[in-house]
Amino acid sequence: MSDLVSQDINMIFKSPKGEIVHALKDVTFRLKKGELLTVLGPSGCGKTTLLNIAAGFLRPTSGLITLGNKEIDGPGVERGMVFQQGALFEWLTVAENVNFGLRMKKEDPVKTTKKVDEWLDIVGLQGFGNTPTYQLSGGMQQRVALARCLINDPDLILMDEPLGALDALTREKMQSLILKIWKETGKTIILITHSVEEALLLGERVYVMAPRPGRIHKEYKLPFANMGLNEDLREIKNNKEFVDKREEILSMIWDMEEEIMGKEN
Amino acid sequence: MITGIVTFLVIFAVIGSILYGQRLVKTEKSDAVFGNPERAKGGLHWVVVGSSFLLLSWLYYSWDIAKAFYPKSANELCQVAKVNESLLSLKYLFPIEERQHKSTALIKRENINIQKKIILIQNSPDLKDKDKKLFIDLLNKTKKTIPLLTDEKFLENKTKNKIGELTNRITWLTEDFQKINYPPIKSIEEENKRIEALKKQLGWGATGMEVPPLPESKKGLKFHAAAQELNEISDEFFSMRNHNVAYVTLIKEIRNEIKEYQNELNDDQELEMTLIKEIKKLGQRIEYESVFPPNALNEMEKSIREFDVAQKKEQGNLIYVDAFLFPAGTIVASGPTCAEDGPGRWLPKPSDTFRIFGDLLKPSVGFKMIPMIWYEMMGVNRIVGFILPDWIADIMPGKYPVHSSDGTVKPNFKSKVLDIVTGEFNAFKIPVPTGHIWDSFLRVFLGLVLGIIFGVPLGIFMGLNRFAKGFFDPLVELYRPVPPLAWAPLVITVFGIDNLGKVFLLFMVSFSIMIISARAGASGTQLSKIHAAHSLGASRWQILREVIFPNSLPEILTGVRVAVGMCWGTLVAAEFLAGTSGIGFVENVARKYMQYEVIWITIFVMGMLGLLFDVTIRKIIDKTIPWRGKG
Repeated sequence: MSDLVSQDINMIFKSPKGEIVHALKDVTFRLKKGELLTVLGPSGCGKTTLLNIAAGFLRPTSGLITLGNKEIDGPGVERGMVFQQGALFEWLTVAENVNFGLRMKKEDPVKTTKKVDEWLDIVGLQGFGNTPTYQLSGGMQQRVALARCLINDPDLILMDEPLGALDALTREKMQSLILKIWKETGKTIILITHSVEEALLLGERVYVMAPRPGRIHKEYKLPFANMGLNEDLREIKNNKEFVDKREEILSMIWDMEEEIMGKEN
Repeated sequence: MITGIVTFLVIFAVIGSILYGQRLVKTEKSDAVFGNPERAKGGLHWVVVGSSFLLLSWLYYSWDIAKAFYPKSANELCQVAKVNESLLSLKYLFPIEERQHKSTALIKRENINIQKKIILIQNSPDLKDKDKKLFIDLLNKTKKTIPLLTDEKFLENKTKNKIGELTNRITWLTEDFQKINYPPIKSIEEENKRIEALKKQLGWGATGMEVPPLPESKKGLKFHAAAQELNEISDEFFSMRNHNVAYVTLIKEIRNEIKEYQNELNDDQELEMTLIKEIKKLGQRIEYESVFPPNALNEMEKSIREFDVAQKKEQGNLIYVDAFLFPAGTIVASGPTCAEDGPGRWLPKPSDTFRIFGDLLKPSVGFKMIPMIWYEMMGVNRIVGFILPDWIADIMPGKYPVHSSDGTVKPNFKSKVLDIVTGEFNAFKIPVPTGHIWDSFLRVFLGLVLGIIFGVPLGIFMGLNRFAKGFFDPLVELYRPVPPLAWAPLVITVFGIDNLGKVFLLFMVSFSIMIISARAGASGTQLSKIHAAHSLGASRWQILREVIFPNSLPEILTGVRVAVGMCWGTLVAAEFLAGTSGIGFVENVARKYMQYEVIWITIFVMGMLGLLFDVTIRKIIDKTIPWRGKG
């Protein structure tokens, strides 16, 4: 039972101007082990706040969030994180970056070298072990970030717009990679994204969040992620059902955006 | 000799490089438009031209080219300057370089002075009419002495003869001067004396005196002798007084009247006292001035003009050497002492500079008994004794031995430890660097290392911790903006003028810079990296060591680079203030003794060492943080 359970989470900030911002309001959900959840929403709807709470970087103002019945009260190895820009350590090589978590645990260097090589193989970076990370392209950097996170064998993987800064082609390849890893490792994954298409393609479950206050607006259960394991992603994108869902969610988000604009005016 | 060859080589290099550059421009592809940075690449030939110009300017302005091609010129020009100086007072009598005869100018001025005084007295409200009349009467009489001096019919034969004699002497000098065997040898004794004195004289460009004053060549001797002769003539002329009987009678009369009047004056008549003194002074001035009748000196003027022409002809090409090869202040213009003010004085010649640099580098010579940079053999025991603190022996168990009744001391364990920590044992010797340059280098190095050791951790701590930032900020911000040298008097008082004081001063400099840069580095760490490290299971200490420290390395190393520059500048100034060794000390001593070669050498050494520091750190930066600017 290592489900992620969130009960009535509220997050209230005070902005530097003194305004009170209700970033999350009564967010309740349960994510079963091995599920892939994508979170979608306009900017300012509290996606990243939710992720930071799950990672343990933030404490909710009220409510309880547990992973495997254990309350999350700080960052931990069991919850790995992948950031938008990779957040790699430039002063280390690719292999050293991947090895970072194991080295922090002071594991035997001989064993870890083997493990690092295995993971570099999985993410498709064989032979890049000694390359400095600043010489890598954006897609490769994200592969390193994935391997660095996965080598620690976390129960939950949190991805904060991991593919946001990549070009379309690389993005597609990375999407396949994420699906492949999800299938092979059976990890629980929360992935935050701006792209409706990406959310639909990758998400076994999709939460569409709404802003002010940040809350879960609508929930979908979708078959495309499982389809994507076998089929070509581009074909799924042309699927009738996929197109309908995409248009539905897009117009939903458009409405939300317009509502915000209206509020401001 | 070498300078001459170098000069030609440099000129050839310049011409060759310019020609090469011209050809390069013609053959080059012209796809580079103006503003394209590609166009600034290459251009080694311009480096040659640039350095050649620098070298050429140095050679030229230090008068080394003049010395190379006309080695006698400076000394000969010095003799010419002597003639010019002696001739000058005689020339001033006539409209040769002036507009008027000197007599004319004097008469004009004295008449004006007397007239002014008359008006002053007439308008004075405090004077009695009787006194006024007396004063004006006296002034008019004084005025009347002038025609007695300027009228040819009063000119006495004695004076006429003297003028004629001096004129003849100048004419003879002009004739003799142009002869080859001038000056004649007066006596063997005097000639030997002259040669002896000449032997003691150091050459051109020797330290302490740029141009030697005694004549070294035949030509120089000629001018030297003529200058002496002219000096005698002009002395005799100016001691001559154009006084005749009529003048002397009148001036005596005036003087007696003044005396009589002065005797009758009371002490409280201050105004009258002052005025009568001034009237007396007016008369005396005319008495001692060389005023002559209009045409009395015509012959003499002619002879002086003739001599001037002759001496200019005799100078030959020296005039051009003086004008073109002694830039920014010629030797002749600087007068007969030859202590010229040109750049030859403060800009040493390359040849001298390299010779003295070579001497300074010799370990046996050095500067003030200390070599510039060398090594000395030092026993390992001294180094051990210096590094280990003495209290190690004190905390050992037991007591120090006490001497026994038979007058011997038996060492025990504790005393043996004491011997080791104080360095009192025999050990092999190793070479240790020493010298002025090494001392300066070591001070900068120690100050810098101490600054890094203490500054970096504190800076990172301040970048991460609210308490540390708040607590140390006032301290650092208060002392940091003060120019380091302003602390020097205090630091030197507390820590002494030797190494400790200087190292502490440099520590203060580098400490604040390292704090600021480490703090900026630490607080500039991306939050996502720290988050990533947290979720990868790193502890606080691990995050500090593995993430925050390497992430702030670029800032820290940039700080080191800045600190090195600051330390170096401060050190030289601190060594100027006090101390007994170091490159700044050398310059300060050289300044006191006006050893311009040494001053320039120290400047050069400092530049080179500063460059060495900077290049080293740049290399370290490239090696340790290759990701800088790419992350």
